[in-house]
Amino acid sequence: MSTIPEEEYIVKCTSACAGCSSSLCLRYVLKAAGPDSVLVVPACCTSVIQGIYPGTAMNVPVYNIAFAAAAACASGMSEAFRALGRKTNVIAYAGDGGTADIGVQALSGALERGTDFLYICYDNEAYGNTGMQRSGATPLGARTTTTPGGKPTAKKDLDRIVEAHNPPYMATACSAYPLDLYKKVKKALSIPGPKFIHILAPCPPGWRYPTEKTVEMGKLAVKTGTWILYEREYGRLTINGPSKTAMRRPAPLEDYIKGQGRFKNLSPEILDRMRQQIERNVQRLAREEAGAC
Amino acid sequence: MLTIATGNKAVAAAVKAARPGVVAAYPITPQTEIVEQIAEYVTDGDLESRYIPVESEHSAMAACIGASVTGVRTFTATSSHGLLYMHEMVHWAAGARLPVVMANVNRALGPGWNTWAEHTDAFSQRDTGWLQVFVGTVQEAYDATLMAFKIAEDERVLLPVMVNLDGFSLSHITQALDTVDIGDFLPPCHLPHAIDTENPLGYGPMTGPADYFRFRWDIERSMRDARGVIAEVEGEFCERFGRSYGPTEDYRCEDADVVVVAMGTLGKEAEVAIDRLRDEGIKAGSMRLRWFRPFPDLDLAGRDVVVIDRDYSFGFGGVVAHSIRSKAGVSPYSVIAGLGGQEVTYNDIADFVRDRCPGEETWFGVNDHV
Ligand SMILES: Cc1ncc(C[n+]2csc(CCOP(=O)(O)OP(=O)(O)O)c2C)c(N)n1
Ligand code: SF4
Ligand SMILES: [Mg+2]
Repeated sequence: MSTIPEEEYIVKCTSACAGCSSSLCLRYVLKAAGPDSVLVVPACCTSVIQGIYPGTAMNVPVYNIAFAAAAACASGMSEAFRALGRKTNVIAYAGDGGTADIGVQALSGALERGTDFLYICYDNEAYGNTGMQRSGATPLGARTTTTPGGKPTAKKDLDRIVEAHNPPYMATACSAYPLDLYKKVKKALSIPGPKFIHILAPCPPGWRYPTEKTVEMGKLAVKTGTWILYEREYGRLTINGPSKTAMRRPAPLEDYIKGQGRFKNLSPEILDRMRQQIERNVQRLAREEAGAC
Repeated sequence: MLTIATGNKAVAAAVKAARPGVVAAYPITPQTEIVEQIAEYVTDGDLESRYIPVESEHSAMAACIGASVTGVRTFTATSSHGLLYMHEMVHWAAGARLPVVMANVNRALGPGWNTWAEHTDAFSQRDTGWLQVFVGTVQEAYDATLMAFKIAEDERVLLPVMVNLDGFSLSHITQALDTVDIGDFLPPCHLPHAIDTENPLGYGPMTGPADYFRFRWDIERSMRDARGVIAEVEGEFCERFGRSYGPTEDYRCEDADVVVVAMGTLGKEAEVAIDRLRDEGIKAGSMRLRWFRPFPDLDLAGRDVVVIDRDYSFGFGGVVAHSIRSKAGVSPYSVIAGLGGQEVTYNDIADFVRDRCPGEETWFGVNDHV
C-alpha cells in the first residue's frame, strides 16, 4: 500500500451509510487521479455522499448533473478543457442505474466519439439513492423493493456493452481490492481516449449484510467467481491475480450468497442458473485470455 | 458584407463570428442546416471550435453544460422534439447559471409528424429560466444570435438564451444578409463560477429549501436585470452596426386604434396587413413581440388588440393572448392561427382586424365562430 498517496480528496464528513464501499472506492479513485481532476456525478448515492450545500466532503471540483447525463456532460467538459489547452482529468463517477439503465445511451455516445475521459461505474447492483429498487445490474434472484420475490432475470452484462465500443482501456475492480483499483485508475488516466472501470461495490443496507462484512463481501464475490477482476488494454485481456485463482478453484457460491439478506430463500433452480452463469463467464474470459476465441 | 442567406445559414454565420469553443450538435428538421453549416466551418478551418456530434439532444445540452462550466463559450441548435427531449437539461443550464446560446427553429410537435412552424415548442420551455427572443427576418436571426452571446455572458445575466426562428418560413427562405466584422463587440467569455481545480467547489449538490429558494430568486432577479442589459446590448449593436432592435418591433402604432400583436414571421406578415388596412382608412398598427422572456412591458391601454397565437395551451388559451391580458391589462381578440404551418396571409390578418371581437377567441379556419 506504500505507493498510495496520503492526500485525501474526500474527507470524513460524508453522509454515506456505515460500511459503504462505494465511498471507499471514491477515496482511492481520487488518490490515484490527484488534484487536477473534476468529478462528474449524476443522480446516485454519490450525490448524497458528497454533502449538503454549502458544505462539501470533496476536495476536487464536483459537477452534479442529471441522472441520464453523466457521460454527455463529461464529454462536453473534456472537449472544453482540451480547447483551453488543459489536461485536467474528467472522471464520471456514476452508479449502475445511471450507467447500465438511464445513462447507457449517453455512455455509448461518449465512448463511440472517442471522448478523452474516464467513466467509472460503481455497482451496488440496485438504485441505492431511491431506496434499493432493481436496476438492470441487479443480479438474478436478488430481492429489491421492486423485485420482492427476487429478480427473475440475469444481471445486464454492462462490460460487454462497453467492450463493443472497443475503448483503449477497460477494467473491472472491486472495493475489497483497493490497491488493484488504485493501479487501474492510474493506468487508465495515463491513456488518451475513453476509459471505463466497472467497480463492484457491496452495499450493506441494499444487500442486507452487517456493515463490518463489507470487505469480506467483496472478497467473496471475487473468490466465488461471481465477480472477475480483469483489464482489457487495446483489446488485450488480462485476468488479475485474485481472479486467476478463483477461476481455477472457485469458492462455493453459497459462501457469498448465504451472508446476504437479498438472496434469502433462493430456489435450487435459481442457484443452479447462477452457477451456470458463473461457469459460462469464467470459460468465456479464460478462452479470451488464452487467445482461443 | 452584403450577401444572401437562409435563416439557418444566418444563424450559422453569426456562430462563426462569435467563435464558441464548443458546439454540440444533433440534427432535426428544420434546424439541421445550422449544425451542418457549422460542421463545414469547423472542417474547413473557418471556425476553431470543438464540434461534438452527440447522440441525442439531452446529451447536446448536457455537453454544453459540461463545456460551459469550464468558462468556454458554447452553442447548440435544435427544434421541436429535440427541444422537448432536452427539457430536463434546459432547466439545468439555467439553474446552473450557464450562458449557453441555443437556436431553436420553431416547429410543431407530433403526433402527427409535422415539420412546419409553430411556437408551442419554445413556449413549453418558458418557465425554465432561459431568455427567449423571436426573430422575424434572416438579418435579425444573425443579429439576435450575435447579441445572444453578449447578453447571456453579461455578469448581470448569466442565463442561457434561446434564439427562436420559424421553421421553413424563416429557416429556409432566402433574404439579404449583411454580416458584420464584430471587432470587440463580443469580449472573451468570463464565467465567474468556472471550474477551477486549484479552488475546488461543489456544483449543484443537495441543497436545502432556504438556499434553493434563494438561488431561484437570484434567477428571477437576473431575469429582471436582463431587461436593462438587453437594451444596452441592442443599443450598442445599433451604434456599431446601425440596426436597431427593441423588446417589440412596432409598425405604425403611434396613432393606431387597433394593434395586432404577433411573433416571428407572422409579425412581419402583419405589417403588410397594416398597410392594406391603413389604405382602407382603418387606423391599425402592429407590434411584433421579440422578447418573450423576460416578458416586456407593453403599452396597449386604450386600444383594441388582436393577438395572433401560433401556439395553444389546451384547456386554457393562446399563450401570448393570455400573457398580454395579464401583463398589459387589456382584453384582446385572441386568434389561434398558423398551427402546424397553416398558411396565414396578410389578407387573413387584415380580416382578423376587420372582424375583431375583443375578449373572444377564434381558431382560424377551424372554428371561426366560437
Ligand atoms: C430522470 C430521473 N429519473 C429518476 C430519478 C430518481 N433517481 C435518482 S438516483 C436514482 C437511482 C440511482 O441508482 P444508481 O445509478 O444505481 O446509483 P446508486 O444510487 O445506487 O448509487 C433514481 C432512480 C432522477 N433523479 N432522474
Ligand atoms: S445505500 Fe449503499 S451505496 Fe448508497 S450510500 Fe448506502 S451503503 Fe453506500
Ligand atoms: Mg446503484
